[in-house]
Amino acid sequence: MASVTRTNPKSIAFKASAYTFCALLTVLSLLPFIIMIVNATRSTPQIQSHALSLIPSKYLMKNYACFAGRDFKPFLGFKNSLIISCGATLCNIYFSTMTAFALVAYDWRLRKPFFTVIMAVLMIPAQVTSIGFYQFMHSAGWLNSYLPLILPSIAAPTTVFFMRQYMIPSLPMEILQSARIDGAGEFRIFNQIVLPMMKPAMATQAIFTFVGTWNQLFLPQVLLTDKEKYTMPMMVSLLNGDSYKTEMGAVYLGLLLTVIPLLVVYFALSKHIIAGVALGGVKG
Amino acid sequence: MKTKLKGISYSKYGYLFSIPFVVAFLIFTLYPTIFTATLGFTDRKGLIQENYHFLKEDIFQNFKSVLENESFKTSLKNTIMIWVMNFIPQITIALLLTAWFTSHSNEIKGKGFFKVVFYMPNIITAATVAILFKAIFSYPKGPVNDILVSSGLLDSEYFFTNSRTASRLIVAFIQFWTWYGNTMIVLVSGVLGISPDIYEAAEIDGANGVQTFFRITIPNLKTVLLYTLVTSLVGGLNMYDIPKVFLNGGPDSATLTTSVFIYNQAFAGSYIYNRAAAASMIMWLVIVICSAVLFYLMRDKDEIKLNKQVKKAKKEARMVAKGGVNEWRL
Repeated sequence: MASVTRTNPKSIAFKASAYTFCALLTVLSLLPFIIMIVNATRSTPQIQSHALSLIPSKYLMKNYACFAGRDFKPFLGFKNSLIISCGATLCNIYFSTMTAFALVAYDWRLRKPFFTVIMAVLMIPAQVTSIGFYQFMHSAGWLNSYLPLILPSIAAPTTVFFMRQYMIPSLPMEILQSARIDGAGEFRIFNQIVLPMMKPAMATQAIFTFVGTWNQLFLPQVLLTDKEKYTMPMMVSLLNGDSYKTEMGAVYLGLLLTVIPLLVVYFALSKHIIAGVALGGVKG
Repeated sequence: MKTKLKGISYSKYGYLFSIPFVVAFLIFTLYPTIFTATLGFTDRKGLIQENYHFLKEDIFQNFKSVLENESFKTSLKNTIMIWVMNFIPQITIALLLTAWFTSHSNEIKGKGFFKVVFYMPNIITAATVAILFKAIFSYPKGPVNDILVSSGLLDSEYFFTNSRTASRLIVAFIQFWTWYGNTMIVLVSGVLGISPDIYEAAEIDGANGVQTFFRITIPNLKTVLLYTLVTSLVGGLNMYDIPKVFLNGGPDSATLTTSVFIYNQAFAGSYIYNRAAAASMIMWLVIVICSAVLFYLMRDKDEIKLNKQVKKAKKEARMVAKGGVNEWRL
């Protein structure tokens, strides 16, 4: 690009207003989290006298003690959510890549109609099917089980679509042919040649599937009634209960505990996540 | 594409590798969808009722009673209202940021940092965000009331979560707050996909930043904008987590969305499955119709015109080939 250094007053004014606006949005994005972190260390009387403070206090452990013997169990929720999210992510990534491989590498008669069906399924939101899904799981005896939260991700149209877009330019058919000549079976070709080649795309999709499953509330709330099986978002909604009305510090701490794992993942992988969001938009 | 080697046909592997997807799809998506649709025409109610029948007198009775239900009407109105209140500032600010972040003449530093910060709320569990905002807007002592009163903007604390308008605005604000970063990143990547040649040509022709944005960026961003609009609309019409956890649809049904309505009908004590199923199907229809209208409105008119011209030309060419009427010979 032509980079002529101009320092006319117009561009200075533009920059000043742009930076001010971005700084305001930054405060808007961060302030709720800062309030949460600071208030998690303050006692309820302190919060009641001054709800907004940027100086941490020393009641962190005392706030934590409030959770003893109550329904809100952050570590149990963490464990449950981890099982569901890992299971769903593995199913989603592996089988979506497999379906994309079927769509890209082989020439079969129903290939085009099948792809059209996948595109159409993208339009069906989960809430619409929830009544039938619940009834079906009720009669199958799968309520309070993690399976109905994990297995449906085998058929994930969005991931299949993404994988297909990624696979078309990056998977040379010659490699498959030479592997066949060397006597490799189709299943082995997929597992040992295709999967390693798809690693970058799989990593991107894994992050989004994991976070999406971790955060979902509707289906777990419908299917899980046993408090020992509650996921993290369900544990969080327990903080809404009356017993925490007088424990403001504990509420903030509970929220903080549910946010920490996500923030750690986010700041470790933010580059990949931003790049993944950008990629997802281009496909439209 | 070569799929045959030494006379072996590999097409059966195409079917084989798509079996898991097809099976999971049939069991977990297609069957529940059809089942939900069927339930909407039956008298299925309550947790224990095992025998249920199709409605005999009026097969559309559930659908009619949902459409006449005041609660459902309110929830549909709320859902659309909250979506609009969140989408307009969201797309405006996202477009503004996109224009700044992709500007060639005024390079903004720290784009990467801003993107990371603006996107962050999107990754946090919606239920957590809802409770966090409930705490922040709490009455009488909450951070927002603290700021407003101590800065002198308000004389006394305001009961945000007791006001219908304020609650709706807060839910819309939370939606906006969680999604504008995402929209901005999608739009920026869309702009980066536009050929730089067009921008260079515009610069040579002396177009300024505003002209370039409205004449080049926006028209070329059409598909990405449509994608954003449709995904946001589908998400907005299914809004559940935030209104449910924030105030459970209250106060006085001000933040009751259709998804919360469906959940309450089916699972929160009342177990009116048939009516909830009918409401689900109505929502599905609304979503399909809205998306179809959007696709129709945003379709590329120039392309359609071009296609028509190509067809016309082909037809004429065929006529000529057949030795039919040819205007040049006249």
